[in-house]
Amino acid sequence: MNAQTPTPQAESRQAEARQAETRQAKTPAGMPAITYNFAYLDEQTKRMIRRAILKAIAIPGYQVPFASREMPMPYGWGTGGVQVTAAILGPDDVLKVIDQGSDDTTNAVAIRGFFETTAGVATTTRTQDATIIQTRHRIPEGALQAGQVLVYQVPIPEPLRFLEPRETETRKLHGLADYGLMHVKLYEDIARHGHIATTYAYPVEVAGRYVMDPSPIPKFDNPKMDDSPALQLFGAGREKRIYAIPPHTKVVPLDFEDHPFRVQHFAKPCALCGAHGVYLDEVILDDRGGRMFVCSDTDYCNTRQAEGHTGEMSAPAPEAAE
Amino acid sequence: MPALALGFADPVRDSQAAFKALMWAMAQPGDVVPLDTRLAPPAPLTPEMAASALALIDYETPVWLDPALAAAPETADFLRFHTGAPLTGDPAAARFALVADPAALPAFDSFAQGEPDYPDRSTTLILAVERFDAAPLVLEGPGIKGWRGFGAHPLPADFAARLAANRALFPLGLDLILTAPGAVAALPRSVRLQDEG
Repeated sequence: MNAQTPTPQAESRQAEARQAETRQAKTPAGMPAITYNFAYLDEQTKRMIRRAILKAIAIPGYQVPFASREMPMPYGWGTGGVQVTAAILGPDDVLKVIDQGSDDTTNAVAIRGFFETTAGVATTTRTQDATIIQTRHRIPEGALQAGQVLVYQVPIPEPLRFLEPRETETRKLHGLADYGLMHVKLYEDIARHGHIATTYAYPVEVAGRYVMDPSPIPKFDNPKMDDSPALQLFGAGREKRIYAIPPHTKVVPLDFEDHPFRVQHFAKPCALCGAHGVYLDEVILDDRGGRMFVCSDTDYCNTRQAEGHTGEMSAPAPEAAE
Repeated sequence: MPALALGFADPVRDSQAAFKALMWAMAQPGDVVPLDTRLAPPAPLTPEMAASALALIDYETPVWLDPALAAAPETADFLRFHTGAPLTGDPAAARFALVADPAALPAFDSFAQGEPDYPDRSTTLILAVERFDAAPLVLEGPGIKGWRGFGAHPLPADFAARLAANRALFPLGLDLILTAPGAVAALPRSVRLQDEG
């Protein structure tokens, strides 16, 4: 490091090394730089999480307890998803992180940066280029492919928690496959509102056995979980649970014959790319009631715009003559 | 005293690679997933079985060795040194069971089946088979689009009946990892055998 006669190349190498060090960690003067194991977690923690993942895959929809670690971010910011991603991530993986469908909101940027720093893996915003997609509260609009892993960040993994607060009891209910409580909850929705008013974290039955919380994705995304070619892993850091849906697994939202499960519908297409049949976010434009609805999946919307699709609020194309 | 065989040359990358193969094997039951290892463990431990063990086993997981492995003390030395796992003589107390002679696989009910509240507390069997075969078993279930043919040699003659009985216990039951030269496959408890006819 201490070149006696610094050549330009040596200086630039040194600068690179210094940059790498500051990427690794900010250290007090004179202290050795802190370096992390690949993907931050130590190997014993990864093994423990990997064992939990294998059991979770073998028992689809069942919540496997795991010894969730303190992470360098607070609970509620995706510590469960981050730990699952860290345990499965390899140097050849390409990582995409989305937060409510978006690649460029705080949570997504921070977690993507975390793995760029601690694992040095390639990252992408393109759904089809990613091998691992960590997500908070959405499933990408574009179809997932075989070999991809979708890692969900989960706040409350227990679908029965707000109906039965005792963990000992909810375990027993799962053990007995006694999901009457959940049906009563959905029925009370109908009695009070005339329809099932649950719009996100809509409970699903996985492979005909366990009732599972799909994490707070809009119920619009529930049909994408069924028979997906991708492997779906769920990590809840604060609640210390991991669960999974293998590829091509039957995932059925709970409902009633006379009140079948329905997804949200939007009156208008995306204002920027004109897409129909996608999940839209409301964007407030001014203080006079102006608003527009745009794709929540930014990659999907950007790709469509690049392909020339336009919506009612699209900027007029500057190179229209081309 | 003979020198101890080496573990993973690069523990971080090699255990991730082994786990990744096992994860996709478990997620796609019966699918034969390639697994390259650079291990030369003491026989009858095979390289793929050793890689699976090193990737999954540590001081938290009691391990049971089948009589073929238990008869070779270098095997126990290798596992103790590289993983720190406690070895147990009681298959029902084991989180992992390593079986080098799968034709003589003990009855499934001698292993831990899990508990109704905690079905994950069951033994994972890691078998070393000689090869994966053309498909006498037709599998269905989570992780399988339609159906998938699967076979391995050697296995006990009543293996199909054991798998069906294991499935009948669902969500309890054993999960099986099968290793052969250069590849792994898995038969988790969720797997069903297609009815003939």
